[in-house]
Amino acid sequence: MATADIHIAEDIHHGDHHDQQQSFVTKYIFSQDHKTIAKQFLITGIFWALMGGLMSLVFRLQLGFPEATLEWLRPIFGGWITESGKLDPEFYLAMVTMHGTIMIFFVLTAGLSGTFSNFLIPLQIGARDMASGFMNMLSYWFFFLSSVVMFISLFIETGPASGGWVIYPPLSALPQAMSGSGLGMTMWLIAMVFFIVSTMLGGINYITTIINLRTRGMSFTRLPLTIWAFLLTATLALLSFPVLVAAVLLLIFDRSFGTSFYLSDIYIGGEALPNSGGSPILFQHLFWFLGHPEVYIVILPALGITSEIISTNSRKPIFGYMAMIGSLIAITLLSFVVWAHHMFVTGMNPFLGSVFVLLTFIIAVPSAVKVFNYLTTLWRGNIIFTPAMLFSIGLVSFFITGGVTGLFLGNAALDIQLHDTYFVVAHFHIVMGSAAFFGMVAGVYHWFPKMFGRMMDARLGYIHFWMSFVGIYSVFFPMHYIGIAGFPRRYYSFTNFDAFNSYTDLNALITIAAFITMAAQFIFLFNFFYSIFRGRKAPQNPWRSNTLEWTAPINPEHGNWPGEIPTVYRWPYDYSKPGAKEDFIPQNIPFSETSESNLPNETESIKLEGFDKKDAIVVDDTEE
Amino acid sequence: METTASAVQNSQKNLWGGGMEPMKVSYGKLMMWFFLLSDAFTFSALLVSYGLVRYSHAAFTGDPDTFVFSVQYWPIPEKVFDGIPFLHGVHVPLVFVGIMTFVLILSSVTMVLAVEAGHRMDRKGVEKWMLWTILGGIIFLSCQAWEWTHFIVGTGTPTIADAFINGTWVEGFEVLGANLTINQYGPPDFADFFFFITGFHGFHVFSGILINCLVFYNVGLGTYELRGHYEMVEKVGLYWHFVDLVWVFVFTFFYLV
Repeated sequence: MATADIHIAEDIHHGDHHDQQQSFVTKYIFSQDHKTIAKQFLITGIFWALMGGLMSLVFRLQLGFPEATLEWLRPIFGGWITESGKLDPEFYLAMVTMHGTIMIFFVLTAGLSGTFSNFLIPLQIGARDMASGFMNMLSYWFFFLSSVVMFISLFIETGPASGGWVIYPPLSALPQAMSGSGLGMTMWLIAMVFFIVSTMLGGINYITTIINLRTRGMSFTRLPLTIWAFLLTATLALLSFPVLVAAVLLLIFDRSFGTSFYLSDIYIGGEALPNSGGSPILFQHLFWFLGHPEVYIVILPALGITSEIISTNSRKPIFGYMAMIGSLIAITLLSFVVWAHHMFVTGMNPFLGSVFVLLTFIIAVPSAVKVFNYLTTLWRGNIIFTPAMLFSIGLVSFFITGGVTGLFLGNAALDIQLHDTYFVVAHFHIVMGSAAFFGMVAGVYHWFPKMFGRMMDARLGYIHFWMSFVGIYSVFFPMHYIGIAGFPRRYYSFTNFDAFNSYTDLNALITIAAFITMAAQFIFLFNFFYSIFRGRKAPQNPWRSNTLEWTAPINPEHGNWPGEIPTVYRWPYDYSKPGAKEDFIPQNIPFSETSESNLPNETESIKLEGFDKKDAIVVDDTEE
Repeated sequence: METTASAVQNSQKNLWGGGMEPMKVSYGKLMMWFFLLSDAFTFSALLVSYGLVRYSHAAFTGDPDTFVFSVQYWPIPEKVFDGIPFLHGVHVPLVFVGIMTFVLILSSVTMVLAVEAGHRMDRKGVEKWMLWTILGGIIFLSCQAWEWTHFIVGTGTPTIADAFINGTWVEGFEVLGANLTINQYGPPDFADFFFFITGFHGFHVFSGILINCLVFYNVGLGTYELRGHYEMVEKVGLYWHFVDLVWVFVFTFFYLV
């Protein structure tokens, strides 16, 4: 009891304290305000997305136009362009590796989860801030530190890590294996340790905040689906990243201190290495125990954001709210028991493989539940095509397309043909990469007014959407054919093999489409930064949405609500309720004020509303 | 009075309804629980890796009495950890590590007593029991330091193995003690995992001692008395118990099995 009282007292103190004027440093740099931290994550994420995107253009140039001379890139890449004006093959591998690492961890984990968990959790559950603002601040600055290390590794002489984003040993464990496995790999590992610290600090904070700091009436069955998604994402991160810590620490020891955890019976240049007894497959198990949940860490927040946006802009309650929660939980649980489907060709026991095939296919069930719920929410809704809505629908499209190819890859027999080909690249870029990216962009368009108090330009948003949507399908759809033909991913050149010469045109097309897609992102960048300063002023509730963040002031101060935090009386999806005056009823409107639209059991619950209020006063009084 | 009673009743009915802490636990303690959960996964990953590598090596199949160290098979732990300080050459398997374990578990008991004293707001009591806990931790780490030294220096007859020294292979090299690439007791991974996992655990104990010292200092200053509760002691207590619990698993897998 005592601790509870004190916490409330602290809360009040908290609010008062931040009315005072803050210095530039505490307000914008070492800020403990969850909204500022969210923006820091977003801007850093956008920076990395730009880096990762440009890298993909560099290696797409090599794949699409292997004959072209890249002499004009010499001012940027220097020695990485060979004498004959080609991209250095080792540098090509480095670009592929860094593109993967940056996009998965820095953009779609930190940039997506970091931005929207931080921004939306306190605002949507009705809290003044995260449970621990200080830890939240540390979370960003560890991410920043990690970013700095990773960024510097791009500029060292031996090049950044080049063994693929999965950093399998022995390639990554032996500095003499390739130039990228030297200092670049060491920096990769250091950056990842900082990154994991950041993710853990953030994740523990998100979970605790959601459990402890919900406002009055905000029960778990009244939580917006965004919050459910963020909660489960943080849980996934909390349980899977520690395993990567173990894997990475063991790898660091193998690299730097001569241990044999992952190494055994290796010859380099005819010379035997002293290591014996270790197992490189062990690393793959540890890595994918994180790696598989990681893809859900990437996609779940995007699915949560989409649920919210599709419901709001269809002006309909989300179809199957409980089924949505159930499927999120099912995906979370299942994601821990399917990791070995990434390892079908490692010589695994076929019976064990078939178990993982079965478990993998079971994930299709909750995923399909989500897709059908999105479609049935859209069905006969009064759809408003805002840019955020378009991107959300785009996400559903990608999720279906990529999900179907997932069934091919999840089958151990088919995977023998498709493993490590461009089919895999196409699959995960659509279902995880592009879908999560669309979720992130949709979130930015939707919550931009809350973040910056201004609107983004919708017309530029439409252009951005259509160029990206068509562009992404033109990039990744043809890759399926190249993959089925058997071309392996990560290879430097197509034209070295006669069998694949016929795909030269298709590869050129993919590269051109990639350039168009990337060009569209510059429209977004312009729109984003221009609107921060010059955008149309946002109204209080621009999308006529139900969730609590729109009851806060247009530009909320630290503490979010100037007076008392609103109480919640209903779930967040009362759109187009029969009999209601408007087509939306925000969560903080009590049933006693909406007698015209109440269902019988809701009229019943009006009595409880009064009790809630009275209790509230009693608790406060006893404290004085 | 009446209204307060009804408020309490109502809050019990609707714990998860928002506006209160549903598990009646402050956010700080919750965070500690979640951190420990994730740390448990790190240790599990390490112990599972250890198990996997160990069972990919051959085990010693003969009569335990005829056991000799060899790089061909995984050693019997009793034969490795049989030393005790000041008694050179005496074979007392697992006695020293048993004492270490006992000390660490005792320090958990004193931690419980510190937490209990905190509930009674007994500052002197908290100070006393925190000090005992810190001492227990330091004794454990010192014992581990001796154990490591003993392990690294080695005793008895050297084991003959092929070694990779200064870039060339030396056949029939006499190995005494252990380092990360070669050891007298068994395959390299035996010592590698021993150093890594007990080292990782020891690092946790070391951090625990540092945090305990910090809390002890704050207890002495009266910070928690001023705050009105000793919750901080409970939080470090959770961490300390966790570190003990992990040791029980490490002890089981490295020394007993």
